[in-house]
Parts: sequence; structure tokens; C-alpha cells
Amino acid sequence: MVTFQFIPYQDIDTLTSAKRINKLLNIVKDNRIVIMEGRLTKQEEADLIEITMEEIGPKFKGIELSVIYPDKNTQDVGQKLKNTFASILLGDRLGLTIIGPASIVKKIEKNPDKIELFTKELSANIGRFTKKAKYG
Amino acid sequence: MVKSLLRSILQKLTANPFSRKSHVKLGLYGPPNGGKSTLANRICTDWLGEEMSSVSHIAHETREIVIKEQVTIKNKRGKELTFSLVDTPGIATKIDYEEFLRKGLNKVEAKKRAKEATKGVIDSIKWLDNMDSVVVVLDATIDPYSQVNITIIGNLQARNIPVIIAANKVDLRKANTDLINAAFPQYPVIGISAKYGKNVEDFYEQIFKVVK
Repeated sequence: MVTFQFIPYQDIDTLTSAKRINKLLNIVKDNRIVIMEGRLTKQEEADLIEITMEEIGPKFKGIELSVIYPDKNTQDVGQKLKNTFASILLGDRLGLTIIGPASIVKKIEKNPDKIELFTKELSANIGRFTKKAKYG
Repeated sequence: MVKSLLRSILQKLTANPFSRKSHVKLGLYGPPNGGKSTLANRICTDWLGEEMSSVSHIAHETREIVIKEQVTIKNKRGKELTFSLVDTPGIATKIDYEEFLRKGLNKVEAKKRAKEATKGVIDSIKWLDNMDSVVVVLDATIDPYSQVNITIIGNLQARNIPVIIAANKVDLRKANTDLINAAFPQYPVIGISAKYGKNVEDFYEQIFKVVK
């Protein structure tokens, strides 16, 4: 069985970068797949990889990570302004971050429109997240 | 701390503002097995007559930062550019020693390689701040939309580090440079074969345009 855990943005909004990363990694190390509203900053993504490497051992082989985010090039000026103000006021809630333990998630395939998640146990496509579903 | 601050102020005061930066660091970054070390060897063989790094079909062959100082390249107009070439371990989000076992390493070697590889990834990320320009080496036969690629390039962008993308392995039939162009349209993408030297002249010209 594969367990997903949804993390709303408000759960990480007030946390420091280190605490955010720890929270997400602890869930993943508990063999659950995180689906987080919003995304980490670029620096936090790099920190997440770094801390993941420090934690790798016999029981934890690392993570699979993927982020789906609206393509800013396809947005009109109004949408861009709206999203910028929303980000300033509420944080960067746009997008979806998926982090899974490498022992369970075989790969996450992504192209601009969708994310497909394959697990090791099922070796089959178990989840599909499309931009249309999220943003359409 | 005060000493190092004074030294840094002194260096800035004595530096000639018109001289070209003499210790430009050109980093080779990317996921494992993209061909970073093969490209490092190609550059060093072409311009220094010697190889720089060992290469292997097993991922994470480079597990430590390797630096070749004073690499001078010349373009068609005779202009020279000197830099330190930095070959970095491949950045990954997972390392499984069992994969090394499947590639033929014994248990002890596989565990050692996995441990060194994790440290290598950490070092690569820490070294990002030391780079002046970066060549992101991607395997053109593999889907470029991986989060590792996006994270590496996003971090370089956030640090204002100039980037060239080398779409490597174009000698292979499955290679698709257009897909890499589509994934990262804001950066120059040069399709090369580091192994056979295909298109490396264009790659060197691009270095002149991008390296600051």
C-alpha cells in the first residue's frame, strides 16, 4: 500500500527553511509520499538534496522529487500581476511539490503538462497530476 | 575574522579594476553519467594535451571535486580565455548501493562508493557559490524535465551565474537536443559528443560568449 500525505501551504508557511525541510523529510522517511501545496524556494530545494544525502543509510536511499508549476510564459499580464500580489500576501502557494521515498517511488516523470508517478511495488502508473486538473 | 576582513579590503584596494579576472572558475555540473568527466577530458586533451578525470559507465565515478588550473582556450579570432576547470560529482536525490552491486561492484566497494557519492553530491552543491560560470552537462538521450536538472539550473539562475547547457551524447541515435532546448529555452544549448569531439568548436565559441 502506498500512503500519500497532503501538506497544505499553511502548515509550512511560518516555518523556517530548516524546519520545513525536516518536516517534509520526516514524512518521507516514514515511507509516505508528500503532496505539498506550493513549492520550496530554489535554495530550499538544494538544501533538501543536501540534507537528504546526509541522511542516506541502509534504511533510507533518498528521495524522488518533482514540482509542477504554472508556466509563467503562458500567463497574461493580469494573471502575472495577480499571482505576484498573491505570492507577496499569502506566500508562493502556486504549484504542487511531490516528494517520495526512493525505496517506494521508482520515478516521477514530468513534462510541462503532467506528472506521472511510478512505484517500485506496483511498477505501474499509480498517479497522474495534470495542470489542467489543478489550474484549468 | 578581522584579519580576513582586512585582507579582503586590502585585496580590493590593490586590485586593478581594468585587469581581466584571473581566476575564473568554470564548473561542470549535472546529474550522474551525463558526461561531465568525459567533457572535462575533452577540454583538457584539446588544450593541455592530457586527461583530467577518470570515466566509467557506473554512475558516480567522480565523487570528489577535481580542479584543473590554468586551462587556456583560443577561439577562431585568436582571442584567449583562461579559466580553472572544475569537474564536480553528479547531483542526485537518491543513491542506492544495490545499483552498484548490479553493475558488478562487490558489497564493500558498492557501500564505499555510495558513501563517497553522497558526500560528493553535498560538495557539488556547496561549491555552487564558488563558480563564475557553469556548463550544465545533460545526457541528450534522457528526458531533461527532471527535478534535479531544474533545481541545478534554478540555483544557478538565483545566484546569477552564467550557464551553458551541453546536450551531450548526440552521437547516439536516441539523442534529442530539441527537447533540451524546449525545456530550458532561456539558455544556450549546444549539442555535442564529448566522447568523439563532435561540435566541440561551437561549444568553445559559446564559452567565450558566456564566461565572465
